[in-house]
This record gives sequence, structure tokens and C-alpha cells, in this order.
Amino acid sequence: MKKLHISTTVNGDPAEFVCTPDESLLDALRNRLGLTGAKEGCGTGDCGACSVTVNGRLVCSCLVLAAEVEGAEIATIEGMADQDKLHPLQRAFIDHAALQCGVCTPGILVAAKSLLAKNPEPTDEEVRYWLAGNLCRCTGYDKIIRAVQSAAAEMRGA
Amino acid sequence: MRYLAAQSVAEAAKALAAEAGVTRILSGGTDVLVQLKAGMVEPDLIVDVKKLPGMREIRAEAGGFRVGAAVAGAELGEHKAFCAAWPGVAEGFQLIGSTQVQGRATMAGNLCNASPAADSVPALVAGGVVARIAGPDGERDLAVVDIPAGPGRTNLKKGEFITSFLFPARAKGASDAYLRFIPRTEMDIAVSSAAVNLTIGADGKVSAAEVALGAVAPTVVRVPEAAKAIIGTKLDDAALAAMAKACEAACNPIDDKRGTIAFRTHTAGVLACRAAHIAYERAGGKA
Ligand SMILES: Cc1cc2nc3c(=O)[nH]c(=O)nc-3n(C[C@H](O)[C@H](O)[C@H](O)COP(=O)(O)OP(=O)(O)OC[C@H]3O[C@@H](n4cnc5c(N)ncnc54)[C@H](O)[C@@H]3O)c2cc1C
Ligand code: FES
Ligand code: FES
Repeated sequence: MKKLHISTTVNGDPAEFVCTPDESLLDALRNRLGLTGAKEGCGTGDCGACSVTVNGRLVCSCLVLAAEVEGAEIATIEGMADQDKLHPLQRAFIDHAALQCGVCTPGILVAAKSLLAKNPEPTDEEVRYWLAGNLCRCTGYDKIIRAVQSAAAEMRGA
Repeated sequence: MRYLAAQSVAEAAKALAAEAGVTRILSGGTDVLVQLKAGMVEPDLIVDVKKLPGMREIRAEAGGFRVGAAVAGAELGEHKAFCAAWPGVAEGFQLIGSTQVQGRATMAGNLCNASPAADSVPALVAGGVVARIAGPDGERDLAVVDIPAGPGRTNLKKGEFITSFLFPARAKGASDAYLRFIPRTEMDIAVSSAAVNLTIGADGKVSAAEVALGAVAPTVVRVPEAAKAIIGTKLDDAALAAMAKACEAACNPIDDKRGTIAFRTHTAGVLACRAAHIAYERAGGKA
């Protein structure tokens, strides 16, 4: 297969990689750019562990071809903290013990950040629906919802 | 496999028509990439049509709306005027998948993947929506109801693809609704579904209606007999019973672990009645 050369922006920095036409954005992020925060839970759009934003839109990177992101702006979990300073959502997840194995966590954080950008004061039900495509096999979700709400409250105050 | 991000409609149509092997059109990719991953299809050529001019636009036309074929669910859901005019279409489309899937999934992909259970299709059929199709021989218009040919098959010819949908002008007192039955509360495929589009006259009676059912036949089906049963009524019990019966008569579903024939047939009628009520209230009717 003829390889493609792709120029894009990842977490605000220009990034270039070479990929095959059938390669997913998730594989390119992990294997070409070394950004292993996004996880492959299923590879078929069901689990949300691979969540990133492309031009501000939350997507499953396993359902995007790497070739499609030429010229696009991508944001991943690696861009969430400000250097050593964790994002309020990241701190809240630690404070509320909203993770166990952590495989779902990067995707949930990216998804929750995109929710709060759109809706800074969601109801619990809105959080649950927004995150319905992010599966967690460990926590039972309750702590995740509480952590998102706690971060949302802090971000509204700040 | 080759990937082409087409720059013009003509380039896309030409490349699709010229390819001797297997082709796929790429819109949101939420079906195509799953099928690639599963090895269900090994395309020789994928043509990405999202970057073509107008494909992501929603604009006013002929008193209604023209919606680009690559507009994603999340984008349509943010268009207030469209959602107010076509709440049933908006809710059907937005039932597809998760937030992440909504960021990518399109109505054209949902329609051309041609699952009988495709959630955005019944409301498009009930709405009398017309697809604009581009191809090697130029453009043509085709009603949405005429596009699916059976599970996984469409009536589009080689090289053809949808570029937009025309939603006709809305009469005063018109609205629509879509309901599906799934065993869970979200992220599942319809066991049966129904869309109702209706208009209410000054006397409060239904003056025009269209009914379409999903997941109960090889394609989404239009049910004119069900529409006839509620026209001229205020959705009294007798009218609704007749409507449910007409819906049941139009069902020819599969029998599987997710729903028996009897269950799919019964629920299709129930959902149509409920959707009629919702559309009636949205249209300003008081039962
Ligand atoms: C986790 C998950 C959950 C889902 N849940 C649902 C659900 O609840 N309900 C539901 O109905 N579906 C569901 N789907 C299926 C899928 O998301 C929808 O069918 C979606 O609308 C497909 O649109 P797309 O733009 O992603 O299509 P694509 O994958 O890009 O294309 C699908 C098919 O249509 C063809 N095509 C695409 N664009 C065009 C065009 N412009 N003209 C002609 N042909 C075209 C392609 O060649 C391909 O065969 C789900 C999928 C996933 C991964
Ligand atoms: S890996 Fe992408 S949704 Fe599961
Ligand atoms: S913490 Fe293990 S899957 Fe969520």
C-alpha cells in the first residue's frame, strides 16, 4: 500500500507522520507519534477509550482514518495538563478515586472536557448521556459522575 | 487500498466510476471503519466526500432546508431553526450511537449503509425528503424512500453518491416525531421503530400525514394506509387502532434473539401511535 504523508496539528503543535491509507487515527497517534494516552478498547466505536477531538469535535479516533486529518487540529489527553499542573478534571478524578485500572480514563477525561466546554453546568443525567459511549469496567460510573460534577463546579468558580 | 480526498464532485464521481474493484464512499466512517476492521470489506478505493463544497452546509432553499450530505449528527443538532422545523428528523438522527459517533455519523451514510434499522431513515421517508445525487452522468434527485434496495444495498449506480438532502417547506401546523424500541436506554440498534409526519388544519384535525416504519422489513417502509387512518381525525382511539392495524399489516420482520416477529410487529404499531401523538402535540394540536 502506498504510504501517505500527513501534516496536522496535535495539541497545538505541528505534527507530521507517514501512514498507510487504511490506518486509523488511533494507530497513527499511538504508533507513529508515540502518543499512547488514547487506548484501543474495542477498535469499533463502542468503548470510547480512544476519544480525541478533531477540529473541536469529540470523536472515536479508532473510527477516523489517519489520512483524513490532513490540516486538522487534534487534541488528545496528552495536551490536557498545563505542563505539571493537572487539569481540574484530572485532579477531581484522583481526588474522587474515579479510576481503577485507568484504561477508560483518558477517553473519559477528553469526553468530559468537551462536555464542560459546551455545557458548564450539566445535570447528572446529562453527564451520563454524554458519557454513554465511554465504557468503564471497573468503577461502576458513580465516582466518575461525581468527579465530573466536582470539576465542573470548580471550573465555574474559577 | 487507495484513499482519495476528492476536491470536486466530478473528481469523486469519476474516480468511483473508473475503479474496477471494490469502492466505498467515506462520510463519517462509523460504518465503513467498523467493516474494514472486521474484514467484512476490503475496498480498493475509498473516496472521502466530506471536503467537497457544500457537503457540510445547512442552508435555506425553497422555503425549506438543504442539508449537505456530510453534516454530522452533532452539527445538525446544533442548528436551532432546523430542529424546530423537523424535530422528528433531528431526534432520529441523534439517536445514532454515542456523543463520539454523533461527531461523525451522517444521514447519507446511515441511508446508504442500508440497514433496515437505520435510525435516521424513517423520519426522512415520512418527511418526503429528496436526496440530490451526483454521478458520472451529472446530477439527479431521488426520494429517500427509493434509495434503499434491501439490507446493505441501494439503488444508486456505480459512481453515484448523495451530495445533499432537500427538506420541503413546512406548512403551518406541521411537525414530526420518531420513536424506536431498544432493550437498553441508549447505544443499541432498533428492534422496531416508527416516524410520523403530520399537519393539522384550523379545525384541529390531521389534514395530511405520512408514516414510515423501521426494522420490520428488508428496507424502511412507507405505510400510506396508516397515514390514511389518522387523516381527518383528532387521533381518537378508533383512528389510532386503525393506524396500528395498518402498521402491523405492513410488517414483514426478521425473527431473532433481539425481537420475535410478533414482538416487532406489535411494537411497530404501538410506536407509530405514540409518535403520532407526539407529532400532533408538537404541531400545536390538543387531544
Ligand atoms: C458505536 C456505534 C453505534 C451505532 N449506533 C447506531 C444506531 O443507534 N442507529 C443507527 O442507525 N446506526 C448506528 N450506528 C451505525 C452508523 O453510525 C450509522 O449508520 C451512521 O449514520 C453511518 O454514517 P457515516 O457517515 O458514518 O457512514 P460511513 O461509514 O461513512 O458510510 C456508510 C455507508 O454509506 C456509504 N456512503 C457514505 N456516504 C455516502 C454518500 N454521501 N452517498 C452515498 N453513499 C454514501 C458508504 O459507502 C458506506 O457503504 C452505530 C455505529 C457505531 C460505531
Ligand atoms: S477503541 Fe475506539 S471506541 Fe473502543
Ligand atoms: S477504570 Fe478500569 S475501565 Fe474504567
